[in-house]
Amino acid sequence: MSIDLKTIKHISKLSRISVDEKRAEKLADDLNSIFEFIEKLNELKTDDVKPLTSIAETTLKFRSDVIKSKNIREQIIKNSPEDNEDYFVVPKVIE
Amino acid sequence: MSDITKQSLTELVENIKNKKLSSTDVTKAFIQRSEKSSELNAYITDDFTSALDKAKKFDQNPNLDLKLPGIPMAVKDLFCTKNVKTTAGSKILNNFVPTYESTVTENIWNEGAILLGKLNCDEFAMGSSNETSHFGNVQNPIDKNLVPGGSSGGSASAVAGQLTPITIGTDTGGSIRQPASFTGIVGLKPTYGSCSRYGIVAFASSLDQAGPMAQNVKDCALLQEVISTYDPKDSTSINFKRNHYSKELTKNIKGKKIGIPKEYRVDGMPKEIEDLWQKGIQYVKDCGAEPIDISLPHTSYALPTYYIVAPAEASSNLARYDGVKYGYRAKGENLIDMYEKTRSEGFGAEVQRRIMIGTYVLSSGYYDAYYLKAQKVRKLIKNDFDKAYKKVDAILTPSTPSSAFKIGEKTNDPVSMYLNDIFTVPVNLAGLPGISIPAGHDTKGYPLGLQIIGKAFDEQNILNIAFAMEEKINFKNKITDWWIK
Repeated sequence: MSIDLKTIKHISKLSRISVDEKRAEKLADDLNSIFEFIEKLNELKTDDVKPLTSIAETTLKFRSDVIKSKNIREQIIKNSPEDNEDYFVVPKVIE
Repeated sequence: MSDITKQSLTELVENIKNKKLSSTDVTKAFIQRSEKSSELNAYITDDFTSALDKAKKFDQNPNLDLKLPGIPMAVKDLFCTKNVKTTAGSKILNNFVPTYESTVTENIWNEGAILLGKLNCDEFAMGSSNETSHFGNVQNPIDKNLVPGGSSGGSASAVAGQLTPITIGTDTGGSIRQPASFTGIVGLKPTYGSCSRYGIVAFASSLDQAGPMAQNVKDCALLQEVISTYDPKDSTSINFKRNHYSKELTKNIKGKKIGIPKEYRVDGMPKEIEDLWQKGIQYVKDCGAEPIDISLPHTSYALPTYYIVAPAEASSNLARYDGVKYGYRAKGENLIDMYEKTRSEGFGAEVQRRIMIGTYVLSSGYYDAYYLKAQKVRKLIKNDFDKAYKKVDAILTPSTPSSAFKIGEKTNDPVSMYLNDIFTVPVNLAGLPGISIPAGHDTKGYPLGLQIIGKAFDEQNILNIAFAMEEKINFKNKITDWWIK
């Protein structure tokens, strides 16, 4: 199996990471060598094996929906790259 | 007392409790040494001024019943610390100041410890050499131009170089044990569910665990006792009866059965690693325990499995970095363009590579062939351990297939870098505890580690085995202070 530039472009789109031509070629090389290494798993027959989805064999617990953090709005907004007092600002979405 | 920074955590705690030392004495000593150690690049952010204030405040009204009374401690920069910048070694978080504290660090401060600063690590803990950090590589105190291992490379360097008496790292595929082995210190990866993941910048959620990195086994046990708590804020935290690891620590391991898995004898492994392992088996016998040959037949499939599962989880966890609510933002023509440029400029090459692998194996048409397949093989790997533990109490292996390598030696070949974690990754996939202890030196004088793997929740047992072996090994780290200015 080989990952071509078209596939790299597709994955970069899905990953929301822009990639120029030069990087795309390097990524294709890297991913091909990594997947070559991963293909080893095909040596194993696993039709009857149940997948391990969680290491802790417990059912996830619910917790009550209560607010514990208070008055941190300002601090949270302060971490944003761009804000307008009480709002996060993003590039225009609706024309 | 001039040699404060040479003392172990246990000694420092005792000296503070006996009032032979104050928290201010100890904190000052570690700050001074850290300031002279900038060449190691172990810190990303220091909090020295505030640490000294806290130490003085502690000394005014010292609570000596605490487990870490007034002990200064630097921690890996993957733990969120309230009001102190937390970067995860990434440009995308280079200005992020958490509004909350991770449970593990909160446990540590609640026992009286004082934050010295945040330690360098591979970006989002993705790496085995600390070379993927946005804040530069870290030097290994053992030798200039040698990597300290990764991803907890700054943590390992800081403990081995005596910049902090002890620290915590995180381990997703070997990130505590491999750097511990490369720098001649002790590192414990606890059972999955033992230490809370709340407030730790997530990499691969089904594998990530926090754990102590220390100069010796006793110190390691003491910190494990502090950080291992049940936490409702982490939905995979497990409520089990936790031991008083340091109090119950014993060198009596007579009659324990120790498994020696033949599959860990890999092709091309240097003779000195095999020799170290044989020496380890002899130490086990000298301690009155019994080595038993076992088989873990799916060992060689662990790394390929890991490189599907971990990137898949990472691609999902790292989707949150979009340049909107916190962190780095690039300029874009529109929202999508802003996302794509932010992530392209904000993430380093290794992180991008892993996000792409993860996205690919989870994408439509490939999920069954890769992700589901990997989950099935993961089950087989866990079954191997379950079967082995019917016959043995613990397993002894080398920690790494080589000693520390040179900076830049493996950066161009991701697969050769990944192979570093060949002995540590199976433990994460099976959710088991594993400890690396320094056990000897190679011909170049670089430290080598042995790994003891335990049953789930059996940290006490592997700590005991490590404690007994530590005495027989009598390892001395060769630190020359070459970097001190």
